[in-house]
Amino acid sequence: MQADSASNSPGGLGVEFVQFAKRYGARFALRNVSLSIAPGECVALVGPNGSGKTTLLKAAALLIRPTAGRVQFSNANSAGGQSFSSDMHRSQGLGALAPEASQHVAVSMTNGTDSAAVKRYIGLVSHSTLLYDDLTAEENLVLFARLYGLDSPDERALAALEPAGLAARSKDLVRNFSRGMRQRLAIARALLAGPKLLLLDEPSTGLDRAGQQWLGATLADLAAAGCTVLMSTHGAGEASAFVTRAIRLLAGSIAEDSAVSGDARGMLAAALAAHQEA
Amino acid sequence: MALARPIGILLAKELRTEFRTRELLISTLVFVLIVLVLFSFTFDPTTVESRRFGPGLLWLALLFAGSLMLHPSFTREQSNDTLVALRMAPIEPVSILAAKILANFCFLLVAELVLLPVFAALYNLRIVPVLGRLVAVLVLGTLALSIVGTVFAAISSQARMRELLLPLLLLPLLTPALVASAEATAGLFNDPPTLAAVWVGVLAAFDTIFLTVTWLFGEYLLEE
Repeated sequence: MQADSASNSPGGLGVEFVQFAKRYGARFALRNVSLSIAPGECVALVGPNGSGKTTLLKAAALLIRPTAGRVQFSNANSAGGQSFSSDMHRSQGLGALAPEASQHVAVSMTNGTDSAAVKRYIGLVSHSTLLYDDLTAEENLVLFARLYGLDSPDERALAALEPAGLAARSKDLVRNFSRGMRQRLAIARALLAGPKLLLLDEPSTGLDRAGQQWLGATLADLAAAGCTVLMSTHGAGEASAFVTRAIRLLAGSIAEDSAVSGDARGMLAAALAAHQEA
Repeated sequence: MALARPIGILLAKELRTEFRTRELLISTLVFVLIVLVLFSFTFDPTTVESRRFGPGLLWLALLFAGSLMLHPSFTREQSNDTLVALRMAPIEPVSILAAKILANFCFLLVAELVLLPVFAALYNLRIVPVLGRLVAVLVLGTLALSIVGTVFAAISSQARMRELLLPLLLLPLLTPALVASAEATAGLFNDPPTLAAVWVGVLAAFDTIFLTVTWLFGEYLLEE
């Protein structure tokens, strides 16, 4: 299966926001954001509540239409600016995107086949768990393994539950899980298809100390394997170990980028201090 | 065929969830039963009156029950944002809608098949001689209710007054299907029973048109 071959291949998916703006009613959640994240980068998004972190992640996940601008994706092995984009107006039929291909391809959010080729490689951990309460942990993962076209969905689901520490509870309904267990399962779900771009929205929410350590170790392994990670955080521990870049958003715009200022650790520490003060 | 696989997976999920909780089926069955019983109290159900009023009352009850049953089909995807997870999956977005339509169609049909004998008993109608044709009308009418109801459940689920909005959108739009279903059903209880091709044609056309529109524009309904 294609998704399996993708998950086994190294390299991440780069993402670029080109003059990206998103407005909800009269309020701009993002204002002309231009930002390029290279394949394999591990980026922390920091900023106060309402600064646009979640909207930026949703845009990267192809979940929202831009008011202006576009999101482009680039393959780890593509060279010379080759990319595929979520431009709302341009589209080329690409069928399925080969992870090692060096080719110009474009996708449109309005074209299901094209956007599906990109979505196959994107994992998302959201504020919500994205899980069905009336299904068991195993049924949830098997459902998504099937939707992603993975081989041996039952085995894949059980294999994903094991590192999350939920194998013993695989037959339990999610509605009976604690918040921390749900969050572990949500992370396991996001990792199920072997994403090349992992989007996380404050992923340590609800996790106990052991859970945070597991998350940190998991993300570090993914980063070492070349997966691109884009994560909103308040600067807490799970991010600091492996983040290579930090971006501070303020009122929908980029206020600071460590790629320019060169101090990702300092930005994370400042974000944590600001969050604790608030 | 690319659509059949995700539709099958999602339909199985819908059926598994519903038969585990039985929230929609039981509430719909009870609701339709109450409506049919209350309607039967309003007049003496002799055979002649039943032939005149029964089919219309049955379809009105099913329409009300449909608006009750269809409303949660998308709102229950909102509690954990599971619709976002489905939209993130590498599948055609319209397959999400198609699975919901099929699931709602199955739930309504199950409710109707349970209620049909009760309806026949309360309204003094003989359904066995026309059962095949009656089921055909029920299938076409229920498909109309499921398609339009599911689409408008998706639209109204993102609105603030969603509980009120769904019936307000649904009932006027379903009027042609309601009239055709009631007329076709009434014809089956005439002496001799007749199934008017014109009403079956109206139902088939209604289903085809709304299925096509859903196919073409369905994915926009799922966006934020």
